Amino acid sequence: MSTPKTLFDKVWDAHVIRHVDRHFIHEVTSPVAFLGLEGRGASVLFSGRTFATADHNTPTLNQHLPVADPLSANQLAALERNAIKYGISHWGLGHEKNGIVHVVGPENGITLPGMTIVCGDSHTSTHGAFGAIAFGIGTSEVEMVLASQCIMQPKPKKMRISVNGTLSKGVLPKDVILYIISQISASGATGYFVEYAGDVFENMSMEGRMTVCNMSIEMGARGGMIAPDQKTLDYLNGRELAPKGEAWDKLVPYWESLKTDEGASFDIDLTFDAATIEPQITYGTNPGLGTGVTHQIPVAEAVKDGAASYKKSLQYMGFSENESMIGKPIDFVFLGSCTNGRIEDFRAFASIVKGRKKADNVTAWLVPGSHIVEKQIKDEGILDILTNAGFQLRQPGCSACLAMNEDKIPAGKYAVSTSNRNFEGRQGPGARTLLASPLVAAAAAVTGVVTDPRILIDNE
Amino acid sequence: MAYDKFTILRSTAVPMPIENVDTDQIIPARFLKATERKGFGDNLFRDWRYNNDDTPKPDFVLNNPTYSGKILVGGKNFGSGSSREHAAWAIYDYGFRCVVSSFFADIFKNNCLNIGILPVTVSPEFADKIFAAIEADPKTELEVNLPEQTITLLSTGESESFAINGYKKHNLTNGYDDIDYLLSMKSEIETFAETRPF
Repeated sequence: MSTPKTLFDKVWDAHVIRHVDRHFIHEVTSPVAFLGLEGRGASVLFSGRTFATADHNTPTLNQHLPVADPLSANQLAALERNAIKYGISHWGLGHEKNGIVHVVGPENGITLPGMTIVCGDSHTSTHGAFGAIAFGIGTSEVEMVLASQCIMQPKPKKMRISVNGTLSKGVLPKDVILYIISQISASGATGYFVEYAGDVFENMSMEGRMTVCNMSIEMGARGGMIAPDQKTLDYLNGRELAPKGEAWDKLVPYWESLKTDEGASFDIDLTFDAATIEPQITYGTNPGLGTGVTHQIPVAEAVKDGAASYKKSLQYMGFSENESMIGKPIDFVFLGSCTNGRIEDFRAFASIVKGRKKADNVTAWLVPGSHIVEKQIKDEGILDILTNAGFQLRQPGCSACLAMNEDKIPAGKYAVSTSNRNFEGRQGPGARTLLASPLVAAAAAVTGVVTDPRILIDNE
Repeated sequence: MAYDKFTILRSTAVPMPIENVDTDQIIPARFLKATERKGFGDNLFRDWRYNNDDTPKPDFVLNNPTYSGKILVGGKNFGSGSSREHAAWAIYDYGFRCVVSSFFADIFKNNCLNIGILPVTVSPEFADKIFAAIEADPKTELEVNLPEQTITLLSTGESESFAINGYKKHNLTNGYDDIDYLLSMKSEIETFAETRPF
């Protein structure tokens, strides 16, 4: 009997020097890598294993027009030029498959269980939802992967996070991950690779699993993964670039073997009770500074950050200890990003705004993660619900999540955002971000203040 | 990308005792639009360093002439968040060659090692000693000795050893990078790639 292995071990050990099965690139972190490659006279070793999409720095309105900012246009042109030069598949601005890299990878069947996947973007952890080892890398490593299809990485330690029980009404996957991060802090999983286990993740949709794995990096973990199951295979089967027919059938037994063995050990094993998780919201300037939406802002002694940093954080946010989050006025709502820019997120948002109106004091930016998501929104009648409630749908991209394009929250303004980071200035210089689920974002959008979405669900 | 070899660095240090310094602070996203690696040091810590009208914020440490040097000493969980290597480039371009913290975020640490910045992880106690020593005397020098894997407060002689992956140490000491190494193994890599099922 061989030593029991975890899911992570099984995938990791199958890759000799961390061979990379799939490499995603985008316009921001790849141009210097291509320059480096050229500087050393190297080429792209396996152009068919790299996929390019433009997302970080694209406008979310009038994508048919030339990109106004010359620097942004130059970056998009560099991606296209490099993709053409090396024969890399490129879904640029305006392409029907264009969208956020971590949305388009899975929805087109590029992401598969058992793969190693990297991208010059820390939210590459998203793909772990399919039982892949997926993590973000820097530009030197992008160059490394282009040149050699390999990456040099020390093996991280292993952490398992189990959430058991049943989630309460109004509690979404985003709340689960925000809750976990609030419990273990923004650096609580640094040095570890996480496996999510337990009924809550087993019962979660693939979209929900992606939301959870996406934010693994927000507690410092390089990545997070969930064992593939029938739901994973059903999601992927038939997607455009997924294996078909016999090729698919041959992989199924391997994929079914990808689960942590009984008795395999983790360096850290944490368990949470689903029943204790409420809709969450953050109040500080790192994703670990979050709490239940009905709670008060904790005092410095109750959080793991140092007192001075905590004070600086609240000062930036314009908040004080012991204040209630409920009722705080907000100015912006952002629905989108690689965390919550998928169809389920728009369905959840629409479930609250249906038959209601956007609050007058709120500017809302609703940004689908891809053109495929955008089409689903239209086909399912969600666009009509949003329009009737006074909302406008924008075009796909990373948008206000990192505010590299013109979608910047103005200084001092409060935004309830379904994205992944509430760092100082993340959504624009001086912007104040409250991270939350699509339901909490929708409740804020129609009331103009931080609101418990469960109240609005009850009224239906 | 070629970088300066790292062996022994003796320098004063710039203290930044703030926890969770994320890479969005080190270099905000709006400065990531370049397609070449140059000039990022000008925007290092942009929003902490400058007001909206581009005037320097006098209370930020990089604007305080009392502090200077090639070593940046940060608080716990330094470099968290975005994987942007531009953060490490900005630190290097500004003139730092070593970053010291009691705890680094993983991707940032890797990025530093890949471009010739030495990230030195010290104990929280030693980090506190460094901050106290610089506060008492901003001219306090640190010696970072990569071959010996030690960091020493020259004012008191207190020293601590630090860990580093042997392969990365070899690369930093010689100014090598991973890609040259991997390219030397191209045929093994191609053979392995053939065995992958997808």
